[in-house]
This record gives sequence, C-alpha cells and structure tokens, in this order.
Amino acid sequence: MNKIEVINLHFSYGNSEEILKGINLTFDSRSTAIIGQNGAGKTTFVKLLKGLLKPNSGEVVINGINTKQSTVAGLAKYIGLVFQNPNDQIFKNKVMDEVIFGPLNIGQTLEKAKENSIKALKTVGLYEKIDQNPYDLSLSERKLISIASIVAMDTEIIIFDEPTIAQDYYGKEKIKSIIKDLRAKGKLILTITHDMDFVAETFERTLVFAKGNVLLDGTTREVYSHKEELEHAYLEAPNVTQLCQMLGVKETFLTVEEFIDYKKNYKDKL
Amino acid sequence: MKKIIVENLKYRYPLSNELALKGISFEVDKGEFIGIVGKNLSGKSTLCQALVGLVPHFYKGAYGGSVIVDGLEVLKSEISELSQKVGIVFQNPFTQVTGSKLTVYEEIAFGLENMGISREEMRERIDNSLKLLDIYKFRDRNPFDLSGGQMQRMAIASIIAMKPEIIVLDEPTSQLDPQGSEEVFKAIQNLSKEGMTVIMVEHKMEKIAKYSDRVMLLNDGEIVDYDIPEKIFSRGDLDDYGVTAPVFTKICVGLGVKNKITGLYPITIDEAYDLVVSYNE
Repeated sequence: MNKIEVINLHFSYGNSEEILKGINLTFDSRSTAIIGQNGAGKTTFVKLLKGLLKPNSGEVVINGINTKQSTVAGLAKYIGLVFQNPNDQIFKNKVMDEVIFGPLNIGQTLEKAKENSIKALKTVGLYEKIDQNPYDLSLSERKLISIASIVAMDTEIIIFDEPTIAQDYYGKEKIKSIIKDLRAKGKLILTITHDMDFVAETFERTLVFAKGNVLLDGTTREVYSHKEELEHAYLEAPNVTQLCQMLGVKETFLTVEEFIDYKKNYKDKL
Repeated sequence: MKKIIVENLKYRYPLSNELALKGISFEVDKGEFIGIVGKNLSGKSTLCQALVGLVPHFYKGAYGGSVIVDGLEVLKSEISELSQKVGIVFQNPFTQVTGSKLTVYEEIAFGLENMGISREEMRERIDNSLKLLDIYKFRDRNPFDLSGGQMQRMAIASIIAMKPEIIVLDEPTSQLDPQGSEEVFKAIQNLSKEGMTVIMVEHKMEKIAKYSDRVMLLNDGEIVDYDIPEKIFSRGDLDDYGVTAPVFTKICVGLGVKNKITGLYPITIDEAYDLVVSYNE
C-alpha cells in the first residue's frame, strides 16, 4: 500500500497567490528527497502532509486517512515532521523531557518511551547531554535534538525539513546513516534539502518542485541527468556530476567513489 | 592595512569550565575574504561573536587577550560603537529578525534608523540591498511570512544595508537553493573587492575553496592552520579535524593527480577539469 497519496492538491495562504498548483504524487517505501528553489512550496507541502495545513482543494491521504477528516493529533502516530528551525520545535528545558514528549503523547508506555528516547539520543550522539537545557546547546545540537524527538516517536513516516543545516561533515554523515537505517527498517523517509551532494549520496528517489508544481520525479540518478531542467529550477547537479558533465562523460555519477572507480577502470582498459 | 588584529584571545562562557577559545592570534587585511572552517563546537561561532563584541559584552564570561577591529579594541568599546564598523549575519536568521517590524522593508531599515542615517539615504540603501539579495518583491511582506531561505536573504540584506567596514557571516547560505547560494557568494565577493572585509563561517567547502582569499582551520578553540585554500585543502590530516576537502580535491586525491608546479591538489572544478582531462594521457 502507498503510505501517502496526494491527489490534485491546491493550496494558498489566505487570498494570496497559489503556492501549490495541483500536485499528484504517491509515496512508496523509497527514501525521497524534495529539492527546489526557495519559495517553491516544499515546506508548505510537507506541512500539508503532516496535517498542519489543510488543502484548499484536493486530497492528502496518510495511511488510508484523509487529513481533512483527521486532527493533527490523530495523524501524529503515523507521521512525524522535524521542523526546519529547531527553535520552533523545542520548548522544554531539559533535553530528555523534550525528546520523550512526543512518544508519551502518542500513547507509548513510559517504559517504551524512555527506551526509544534514549536510543534516539544515543543515535544522534547527545546521550551525554540528556540533562542539559537545549537552549544552552549550539544550533547544530538543537537540530539533532529535534531529529531525536521525532525518531523516538517511531512513526511509519518521517519527514526532515533541511536536516543538515548547521551540521559539519560528521553531523551530515550521522544524519545520512540515520536516514539509511530508518529506511532499512521499512520507514518512509522524505527530506527537504538544498544540499545536492547529500541527496546524491542518500536518497533513492528525488522530486524537483518548481513554482508549485512537480517538475521532475524519478530515481536520483535520472533526475540529476537533467541538467537544463535543474538549472531552470534554480538547482544544480551534485559537484561530482557537474565535473562529469564538464568532461563530457555520458553516465551520471553521483559520488566521488563511483567516479574514481570509473576513471581507474577506464585507464586500466586502455 | 590590518582591519582585524587578534592577539592571544582566550574566552570562557559563564557557567562553563572549559575555554571556548584557547589563545587565538591572527590578522586580516582590508578587503580580504576569510573563510573559517572546522567541526561543530570548534569555536567558529564564538570567534564570530568575539569580532563584533557580543563576546564578551553580551555573553559576559572570562576574557583574555585582545581583539582590535578597524582600530577599536573590542573589550574597551561599546557594542553601539562597534556596530558602526562591523556587522554580523547570524547563523539562524530567525534569531536575527527584530520581531518589532511588520514588513521586510522596515526590518532592513531597523539598523539604519539606529545609526541615524538620513531618510533619503536610508531609502536608497534599503532598495539597493533588497535588490542585491533579490527580495525586492517581498518588501511589503511580514518578515515571519517569508520562507527560511527568503528570511536568510533578508538577514544578509539588513546587514549589508548598514555598509559595515567588516562583515561577519555565520553560515549565511545554509537555507538557500544552490543557485541562490552561488549568487549570494558572488555578491559578497563583490563587496569584498570593493573593500569590505569578509569573515565567513561555512561548511560548504567547494564555495570556501572558490571564494576565500585565505582559510582558517579551527579545532577545539585553537587555530590549526591559516593559509591559502589550496594549502589548507591539500593537508592530509583534515579528517582529524572533522573537515572534508572539496569534492574536486577528493577526486584528484583519489586519482593521484596534483598541480605539477605547486605540488598541491586542485580545489575548484576548473582546475580539477584540466587535471582529470590529462589523467588518461
């Protein structure tokens, strides 16, 4: 069963210009990146999936439940969203209280909620700071707390809105492996990001949003082979892909390792 | 001319036992574009705050050594005095927004009002910076109705409008789309060419490699290295400091191709292209 179905979705804030102009999408279990120009409607779209906003017309169906017929609380068991700005999400003055809040509120037992919260905090590397105040921590750490809070809820669907903001190399690698682990457990992962290299290394499917529509939808490799459409959407290919395109290589390479292997093998064959 | 002189700067946040900065010394010339790289918690943001005086005047804590920006010693100067010389774009644009203005236009005006700039000049500066950051069309919008990326552009525009001698930017393009990010880097490079001194913290190594005159590698509150980007990114021990080289450098390291004249690995796509093309010959 498709975990998310979006049918002819239209949305605008009040009477202003339409932000989403008739989106039709289904999401299966593939990890999916959502990329697009600033203001393309990416964050608005995921807020509609989460039920925080309701469509002007069209339908959003999460695990068989139409968001129009459900409350945000009712949907929270099935779909978690890590906010773009951790300061909008965090409100407790202890890291542990923050992380355990979600699990308890969707009905996990205290024991289970504790277990999940501790596991999530260990995964993001903040277990040692469990008793600290989130506001005494850095932005990168607060972002990791906001991720742990949602991971601990153990929902079927998890959406990340720009998870790599403020993260260094290790932070990004950590988030990459969290996403791959969740995917391996059968969860549906959607991620909004502007980091093209991160998309290339992490996601199976990529969607390109442009001006309220879906411009491209396919495997990440296929999407990044469309140089002109990407530029049209204010995006660019990953760095390694750009170098390959400059070199006139026909294949689309997504990672440094892929390209180095290809070059070495090619040389051996000469 | 030296725009920034930092000598043996040590700093500890209140309630903390450890120094965040452990004796940092460096100088920056007028119009230089300095990139600061290093892993999280290495002291990058604290150093930025120390250049504009928020460390120690706002955060308090224990302070040693000296920071001189454009002739003013930070410790002995008021923030209001320093803010005429040096501006900072915060890491999180949401934190920078005043919350006291109802439109983007007025938000940009906030700093200028406080500096006592004349009305006509304010109008000109606001229009220019709105256009430079490509948010002129949002000028009548409420700042909190902007998307994350648009708000980040506004945060940069509001500092540029103040025309500081020195601009400090803490990951200014983290929420911008790829082309937007490139445009902002170009705009900032232009300001640097016009003589504005630029200090930028950034995790996008390809951009730092392309745009910085010099790169400072920080680790655990200390400067590991401060040199031209080619030299920094050719270091074999970047991993130890939680930093990664630009993708183009990694490809050339993997293929074992160096610039024959300098003996350094390439750091930009154009240099990498030249070397990879000749790899098969």
